[in-house]
Amino acid sequence: MADKLFKAIGVRNLKGAVKGSEYRKEALISYGILIIGYILLQGGAAAGLIGHNLQGQFVPICVYVSLAISLNLVVGISGELSLGHAGFMAVGAFTGIVVTRVLEGSIAFAPLRLILALIVSAIMASIAGFIIGIPILGLRGDYLAIVTLAFGEIVRNFMNVLYFGLDEKGHLMFAFNHTIDGIDNSQRIITGAIGATGVTKTATFTGAALLTALTLFIVLNLKNSMQGRAIMSIRDNRIAGESIGLNVKKYKLMAFVISAALAGMAGCMFGQNYSTLAPVKFNFNTSVLILVFVVLGGIGNIWGGMIAAALLTVLPEALRQFSDYRMLTYAVVLIVVMICTYNPTIKSRVTAFIDRIKPKKKDKGKAGKKAGKEVA
Amino acid sequence: MTFLNSLISGLSLGSVYAIIALGYTMVYGISKMLNFAHGDVIMVGGYVSFCLTMYVGMNGWIALLIAMVVCTLLGIIIERLAYRPLRGTGSLAVLITAIGVSYFLQNAALLIWGANPRVFTSLFNGMDTMHAAGGQLTITPESLFTIIANIVIMIVLTLFVSRTKAGKAMRAVSEDNGAAQLMGINVNQSISLTFAIGSGLAAVAGVLMCSAYPVLMPTTGAMPGIKAFTAAVFGGIGSIPGAMIGGLILGIIEIFSRAYISTELSDAIVFACLIIVLLVKPTGLLGKKVSEKV
Amino acid sequence: MKNKKWTKFFVVALSCMMVFAMTACGGGSDSGSSEEGDAAAVLHLGGVGPLTGPAALYGTAVKNGAQLAVDEINAANPDGLQLAWDMQDDEHDAEKSVNAYNKLVDDGMQILVGTVTTAPCTAVAAEAYEDRMFALTPSASGPAVTEGNDNVFQLCFSDPNQGIASADYIKENFGDKTVGVIYNNADNYSSGIYDKFKSEYEAGGKKLAAEEAFSDDANADFTAQLNSMKNAGVDLIFLPIYYTPASNIMTQANKMGYEPTFFGVDGMDGILDLEGFDTSLAEGVMLLTPFTPYSEDEEVQKFVKAYEDAYGETPIQFAADAYDCVYAVYDAFQKTGLDASASYDEICEAMIGVFTGGDFKASGLTADEMQWEASGEVNKTPKVCVIEDGKYVEQ
Repeated sequence: MADKLFKAIGVRNLKGAVKGSEYRKEALISYGILIIGYILLQGGAAAGLIGHNLQGQFVPICVYVSLAISLNLVVGISGELSLGHAGFMAVGAFTGIVVTRVLEGSIAFAPLRLILALIVSAIMASIAGFIIGIPILGLRGDYLAIVTLAFGEIVRNFMNVLYFGLDEKGHLMFAFNHTIDGIDNSQRIITGAIGATGVTKTATFTGAALLTALTLFIVLNLKNSMQGRAIMSIRDNRIAGESIGLNVKKYKLMAFVISAALAGMAGCMFGQNYSTLAPVKFNFNTSVLILVFVVLGGIGNIWGGMIAAALLTVLPEALRQFSDYRMLTYAVVLIVVMICTYNPTIKSRVTAFIDRIKPKKKDKGKAGKKAGKEVA
Repeated sequence: MTFLNSLISGLSLGSVYAIIALGYTMVYGISKMLNFAHGDVIMVGGYVSFCLTMYVGMNGWIALLIAMVVCTLLGIIIERLAYRPLRGTGSLAVLITAIGVSYFLQNAALLIWGANPRVFTSLFNGMDTMHAAGGQLTITPESLFTIIANIVIMIVLTLFVSRTKAGKAMRAVSEDNGAAQLMGINVNQSISLTFAIGSGLAAVAGVLMCSAYPVLMPTTGAMPGIKAFTAAVFGGIGSIPGAMIGGLILGIIEIFSRAYISTELSDAIVFACLIIVLLVKPTGLLGKKVSEKV
Repeated sequence: MKNKKWTKFFVVALSCMMVFAMTACGGGSDSGSSEEGDAAAVLHLGGVGPLTGPAALYGTAVKNGAQLAVDEINAANPDGLQLAWDMQDDEHDAEKSVNAYNKLVDDGMQILVGTVTTAPCTAVAAEAYEDRMFALTPSASGPAVTEGNDNVFQLCFSDPNQGIASADYIKENFGDKTVGVIYNNADNYSSGIYDKFKSEYEAGGKKLAAEEAFSDDANADFTAQLNSMKNAGVDLIFLPIYYTPASNIMTQANKMGYEPTFFGVDGMDGILDLEGFDTSLAEGVMLLTPFTPYSEDEEVQKFVKAYEDAYGETPIQFAADAYDCVYAVYDAFQKTGLDASASYDEICEAMIGVFTGGDFKASGLTADEMQWEASGEVNKTPKVCVIEDGKYVEQ
């Protein structure tokens, strides 16, 4: 029964995969968080327990969770620092807005428009990922980070001078660096730095949750595949990977492009949730925010990133009672949590504390596990 | 004339970037961390100097010295409280903490000094702008002094790092942390000193920058911080002359693309140049090529 | 693997903190609603705007200006209809703005006075339209704010109107000058005015000699833009931007020894009170604005004094707009004849009726007898002011 369920959600218990049960556990927890979260929120909203404030954040939470998962593919699984994730998000968001607007006349069914927009966004973002990925993936560490930062800023700058509109016959037109003449206001889709206005919202919580599930499905499956193991072995030891004949560039590019496509889809969903969207949204701060989710949740830990993304999205709202001190409190919380999670001294103390308060029953297994770890 | 005028403003802007980039590059060299809060230390330096001249009525130069002291202390405190507990845990954790510190400084400044922007009184107020070539070419005292300050700082810092004991200790720590410790070098002290110097220079950069571009807001340091970081990488992060060259080139590209290509896309052009340079020289212009050990 | 335990522990700790914060939050709103039960005649006004981040200046001004009006109204008539004012931060971001709006809805807001900036306001306006929440924005001047939303009204003039008015004024009075524009292409307000200004100015066959942009960074180097103006022989620069970057442009132009006439829009108001700014640089600057703190109008002087006493700063136009907004909403609400316990959608329909009814006129600091079109735009005439001897002089 359990095996069937795992197969259904794409987790194969691969023969010979040493960590098969670990993957299974990870998948179980990740999907569990998503499903339980969805049921709780949806149920809470239906029962009237959840206010407008939190309800309004359902879609953004899903979007940020998806973004955290997709960035984890690059930062955690492929081991490259990326500071330009918002750039891909921007490509997806604006593509999505253009596509839904063009289709508005011909397809009346909103979810279908959304699905088509998601597909086109994924394609456009993966093209962007491919174009930027090919030259830069030879760079190492912080140099790669700065190039991705540069990419994100370039995307935002280009969006500032990009104009899209529909002409009288409903054909799509675009222009660069100036407004399109002869198109009246209502036919403009994207107006440079002002961005898109009057977007018909098509995003729903269910849709966004399904997108998160899809993202999770793709990333977990990739992690649990031959390619995924190749990517991780390159991360752990590039030279060893090369020496056993792995095409380093190909695998890195694969992780990068898939991550870009997923970010594009998340961006598309984000763009479909607000009636307006300006390029300034996709600045360096947004890229960093997504990175914070990943690092705070534990680099490479998919479900940790999911929880961190959800909590940190809600946190600034929960801090509203501090009024003027809200963002200051947010900064302090961020620093304190980072230090507490990563400082070696505090870490060992709390581990000791957890061990002490854990019921004795588990001690046996624990000891065995510990011994195993030491050997490893 | 446009060319010469642009060159001068480019050099002046580039010098500001270079001085800020020094802080990034030295900190990166010694602790391998990207200190994204560095830009906000500039803002603090600007505000301190502004308050001293405006409310206390102090001379601009004395205010600059006090701002340097305040920023130096701030740098040491930040390092001690936020970065030292995370030393040795990988650069990513410290990067995020640095971003937290950056948010903290911006919002603390907002609470202390309020949202209203201030206009910084130039350090060189009272000095006249020089004109040449029949008034076509203008050299403001701000750009002149910024360029000179940049050169002086660069020379002094290079001498400090290569000739003095403390400087040599810093180099040793950045070369090999563990070995330096075994040789009896106080690693903590060296790193604190690096932060102190970097933050002191940030105060200088803040005052020079606000003298030329006088608007002072809690977010003033953010964008120059990112640009200077780019400059540091451009020149090869970890290298002091690299920071200077990177800063100057970045400033010149920025001003020239504004003057000749497009004001809207100048940032995009700057970043595109960075990408191209890194493709040709993957560790920046003067960066050391690190060979991988098996 | 230790790491994992770690993450787990802290995720749990963080969750506990969040739950705590949320419950504390819930507690707060509970006490709010019980207060409502005691005094039935409290009308809840909500505001949304940037109180942190680079645009914090505008949000803070609106917050303070509205607070002043609310306090005045409450003090003037302690037994009558009382107002409650709650302003939430949106960091000048559409997403956060929607969150802030929803939070206010949860807390029992009945009328929205906001939001402050255009892009976030467009997002919030769509939500308010769906919820049927009446909104009067003090300062979000983009056309997209009111487009298609019958319940959203503006108290400031819209960007296109300002662009057109400026172009007409310049054509009429400075026909012989060579005109250039420096605008902020990453800002909705600035690009909005620039677009209309350009098309209106060039409609009569004239050409702008130079158009230069910058993006958002108020602290940038403007020498390239100024040199390009100088080389094109521009002697009147139109600056459809806020006063912060404008002060920077004027300082740099002065250092270059370049002295054109500067012509601003309402965002330029505030430049004289910029701490540390050498106001002699702004001598001769012309601007279109509905409000100046130097006006000799008695009401304005009373407001400026009260504002300075309360907040220690000279109010900018945003504060005056917010002040007027609260009075307009208060007056209109009394015309509806509704009780303060009415639900927000009831209030919304009644308020739309009053605002578009034709006989409702609001007077305030920024204009006398403001009237609204069904589209949501306000009818008022901008005043052209010139800065002389560090003061605005109306033309």
